Amino acid sequence: MGVHTYVAAAHPNIVVAPPTSVGRILMRRVAIVGAGWAGFRPQVPELSFRELVYEAASRAYEEAGVDPRSDVDAFVSCQEDYWEGIAIADEFAPEPLGAVLRPTYTVAGDGLQGLAQAFMMIRSGAFDVVVVEAHAKPSDIVTLDGIYELALDPLHVRPLRPGNPLFTAGLDAVAYMARTGASRLHLAMVAAANKRMGLSNPRAPHAARVTVDDVLESPTYIYPMSQLEVAPFTDAAVVMVLASDEAARRLTDAPVWLDGVGWATEVGTGAVEFHEWGRMPSIRAAALMAYQMAGVDSPASQTGFAEVEDRFSFMELLALEELGVAGEGEAAAMLERGDLAPGAFYPVNQSGGSLSVGVPLEATGLWRALEAYLELRDNSGAYDQPRAVVASWRGPPTYTSAVAVLSAV
Amino acid sequence: MAVEKPRRPGWVEPPGHYLKSREMYSLPGLVEYKPRARYLFSAGQAQSRFLRGLREGKILGTRCPRCGRVYVPPRMFCEYCHAPTTEWVELPGTGRVHTAVVSYIGTFRERREEPEIVGVIQLDAPGYVEGGYEFAGLFHRLCGVTPEDVMSGRAIGMRVRPRWRPPEERRGDVNDIECFEPIPEGEG
Repeated sequence: MGVHTYVAAAHPNIVVAPPTSVGRILMRRVAIVGAGWAGFRPQVPELSFRELVYEAASRAYEEAGVDPRSDVDAFVSCQEDYWEGIAIADEFAPEPLGAVLRPTYTVAGDGLQGLAQAFMMIRSGAFDVVVVEAHAKPSDIVTLDGIYELALDPLHVRPLRPGNPLFTAGLDAVAYMARTGASRLHLAMVAAANKRMGLSNPRAPHAARVTVDDVLESPTYIYPMSQLEVAPFTDAAVVMVLASDEAARRLTDAPVWLDGVGWATEVGTGAVEFHEWGRMPSIRAAALMAYQMAGVDSPASQTGFAEVEDRFSFMELLALEELGVAGEGEAAAMLERGDLAPGAFYPVNQSGGSLSVGVPLEATGLWRALEAYLELRDNSGAYDQPRAVVASWRGPPTYTSAVAVLSAV
Repeated sequence: MAVEKPRRPGWVEPPGHYLKSREMYSLPGLVEYKPRARYLFSAGQAQSRFLRGLREGKILGTRCPRCGRVYVPPRMFCEYCHAPTTEWVELPGTGRVHTAVVSYIGTFRERREEPEIVGVIQLDAPGYVEGGYEFAGLFHRLCGVTPEDVMSGRAIGMRVRPRWRPPEERRGDVNDIECFEPIPEGEG
């Protein structure tokens, strides 16, 4: 069954655009021609956020072989003012990117949403080379709970003083397990696998040699998840250079193509009563949009691997189902069969995921895309289908997701 | 209950009475909320050294090796060349008022009795050629400059220097400079 039918049948709330409305846009192809990163530690106290971004940008420009002052047409930055502690923080974006007095704007959202903006700018034909940046310094935030509280509905949720809204992840996890039969053991298997896979990733400060038993026996954090199943925070910056196909062929012999992007938001943040508990239809809607652009009908057979949301262990399983990689309620069985391991049927989060790398706030999605980009750039020969699905969810208390399809061919 | 507020001449008190904030927020449809948002900003390589310099009574900047721009406050990279600024320079601290303003306006656009006089000081930077670039400078309070100095245009170009707080009061903060003050005739 094609993804189109599958999604529409499972989620009557998702309005599926007929393929022609999106699929008609078949102008130029868009490539990633360089990427850089900096930080990826629990704290980077020695650098300001500007210096962190400058470092990531320098690496991206070096790889792409571009001078930001003359070879880049526009810049997109991704962050949120309250994370930054700076109102109108988009004014701070140009400096470290080399974007002073150049077309620059900020997406107050996840880095994958910024990637989608750059994708559209290039496809429009108005821009040839566009840079996307996302960064986060959660270690600079003293009252993270206070900032989270600001994201809750001020009229009927904040007055309940619910504490850290990460509890909503527990509500989703319990509902997901009840619906699918996935057990605590499955969730722990996700965490143990991701924590170990991250040990070979230089961006993974939270990787660890832990077993499923270690995970199950670590203290309960948000039931049904233990401490090792909830990803900690990470300071990081990621910069990517995107180019049209003509520009990409000039800049590199081996571009990684960005063939589809999608994004969606469910009910408004704070309207916790209306969320479909145990599901994440925003991932499904975003995936559908991206798949249509990329010509993907069956992600598990037409792509080779995925980097997906796992800031809570259960989210990896739920994301795989919402992405159509696993059938409804079947992700746990894939995990049990070993299908998701490196070298197996469909490797997932070989980078170690957020459980190893952490959560760099709005840089999380762009970082997931970075991991997929590096794997396709360096190791595409290992896959029958050298294409990847990247899926990001902004985390509690939001219901916004973004999906991208990357390809080495 | 009437609230004492400065009023412009000719102000006619409207009918009714002012509410205390408690009374106002008890009205249906208004929900009070006080955010909790605290941060500890990592000043970073450049500004950390700059702030340490202030504690020692020094104004430090960085110079771009490509275009020669001196950055105060310093940056570890040149915004225009996207190149690392590898050289540190100590500035004498003296400079001239590039632009200044006398402002009587408050946050809610009410008129204040006492004005604030602030300006942008173009610092004397080694190697700076007038018009070469935007100049190294600091935004700061101006003291010893009167509203008349500003409004008459006399303040523009005025030679100024930092008035440092006593060393024991300095905290590695831009307020270690109390303000910039005019340099007496014949001294600068």
